[in-house]
Amino acid sequence: MSTEALRAERIVKSFGHVTALAGVSMHVARGEMLGILGDNGAGKSTLMKILTGFHQPSAGQVFVNGAPVTLASVDRARALGIECVYQDLALINGLSIYHNLFLNRELLRPWPFRLLDHRAMRERARAALADIGVNIPSVDLEVGQLSGGQRQAIAVARAVASDARILLLDEPLAAMGAREAGLIIDLIERLKARGDIAIVMIAHNYAQTLEICDRVMLMQHGEVTYESRAAETSAAELLEIVRREYRAARAG
Amino acid sequence: MSGVATAGGLRGRLQGFLLRPEASVIVVAVVLVIYFQFANVNFLTNANLETLSQFIATPVIIACGEIMLLICREIDLSVGQVFALAPFVMERAHGWGLPVPLAMAAALAVSGGVGFVIGLITLRLRVPSFITTLGMLFLITGLTLTISRGFPADTPGGKLLTNLMGNWGYAEICWAFAVVALMHIVLRHTRWGLHTIATGGNAIAAAEAGIDIDRIRMGNFILTSTLGGFAGLLEAFRIGSTDPLAGGSNIMFLGVASGVIGGTAIAGGAGTIIGGLVGGIVLGVLQDGFTLQGINAFTFDIIIGAAILLAMVANIHLARLRGGAR
Ligand SMILES: Nc1ncnc2c1ncn2[C@@H]1O[C@H](COP(=O)(O)OP(=O)(O)OP(=O)(O)O)[C@@H](O)[C@H]1O
Ligand SMILES: [Mg+2]
Repeated sequence: MSTEALRAERIVKSFGHVTALAGVSMHVARGEMLGILGDNGAGKSTLMKILTGFHQPSAGQVFVNGAPVTLASVDRARALGIECVYQDLALINGLSIYHNLFLNRELLRPWPFRLLDHRAMRERARAALADIGVNIPSVDLEVGQLSGGQRQAIAVARAVASDARILLLDEPLAAMGAREAGLIIDLIERLKARGDIAIVMIAHNYAQTLEICDRVMLMQHGEVTYESRAAETSAAELLEIVRREYRAARAG
Repeated sequence: MSGVATAGGLRGRLQGFLLRPEASVIVVAVVLVIYFQFANVNFLTNANLETLSQFIATPVIIACGEIMLLICREIDLSVGQVFALAPFVMERAHGWGLPVPLAMAAALAVSGGVGFVIGLITLRLRVPSFITTLGMLFLITGLTLTISRGFPADTPGGKLLTNLMGNWGYAEICWAFAVVALMHIVLRHTRWGLHTIATGGNAIAAAEAGIDIDRIRMGNFILTSTLGGFAGLLEAFRIGSTDPLAGGSNIMFLGVASGVIGGTAIAGGAGTIIGGLVGGIVLGVLQDGFTLQGINAFTFDIIIGAAILLAMVANIHLARLRGGAR
């Protein structure tokens, strides 16, 4: 049995009248990759944001490495090794690429003044991007000047460069061209091969998700409606479940 | 992009300079100084430079706070009233037996406290800071009038302190430069500055990255009020007395205008302290230059108003050009 990195039990989250999550449980082990599929508005991103400490759950419990934790803030989750590529990418358009890569964990010059070490951040940013193989002319460019796919690459690079133990990816390939998507998938597989990182990926492409994930989970209207090892299901089967639910909802 | 990168040498550097948000206002400042020097031989004399420096100092110090607030998409309309309140707090605290430096500290603490209250109302009760500080504007005026009973007060303090804090002709502008230098470093070279830009640029993204955006906003409210109080103290030391109706909205507008003319975006997420300094210089030079030329006060307001409008229009369009050049 592999070692469990992250577990969430019966997570409930309401925003006023909207119940985004109605008791969702999930788990992922070190070296494992979990794919989450599901309709728009199913609550996938909300689940991610609870796991990063951005939202607080209305009910339910999160466990990291088997121990119950309260993810009271993003900093707390980060301290536990949880990193996330948010669906909205969480980038600041007016700041340079390297400032974005180090946002809220800036490199500082030594005591006493603790000023920003722009040069070190620039160099580390350059190295991190070269490592992934993404085409970026200069780390001094403002993020707002980049294409959608490039911005996504920056967001992925930021999460990966931070030495995450638990990596959450909310549609990391959404805006990417085939080449860039290939690069990111390569990167994810390399991370997976290390065997000590747990990865959760939200995606909308069924076939692709089944290909790179070990296990998949289907979320609909705030609940997990199906769960399977990737090898034991198919895109056709998953689509059939979604359709069945849809027809049932329309009929009822 | 490639155009800028390959131009190289002097031309490249010139282009690089012109793409900076401060560039247009620096050009305007230089042109104005040259114009007024030709139009009036008294312009660049020691006596006039002293006057000019005093025109400039207060708006620049206030601009430093307002720029930080504008960057994180907030504003403080009441800073000119804190400017008037602080000297009276100092005078009262001194009257109760505190030595002048401690009385000054008390005045700055009260000023900062005003910022704290603005922050609480704005962030906890979710009232836009425009409204919060509009209310504070009236509230503090009333407070100052109550404390002072409506009468001006003499500024306490020994000769050395008084000279240091503003009575020597160039003291105020020296303090203004010190504040500019400090705030420039804070904005460009500290986490606080970076997080201020991030908060104004994309508050949700900043929060997702773990930045405590309310702490950033609160800090900048406190900073702005404290700087307003500090500028008020300097003015009180320079003149030797304080009027309960000193400063006011006029000072606040000049501070905000200095920032915006200098290239700080009203929409947040970007700004420059150096630009604010040059913006303050431009406003001061206009004010002082036209005064020397003997233009009457009514015409003068028309000219200043038009100049501010022009500078802002120019800035918005230059910002668009800069965006397009990339
Ligand atoms: N901050 C919020 N305030 C109010 N409602 C919210 C908030 N965030 C999400 N919701 C609601 O919660 C539900 C789930 O949203 P969520 O973003 O988790 O969906 P999703 O599964 O990620 O969808 P998509 O595939 O479109 O990204 C939606 O009905 C949404 O309107
Ligand atoms: Mg989503």
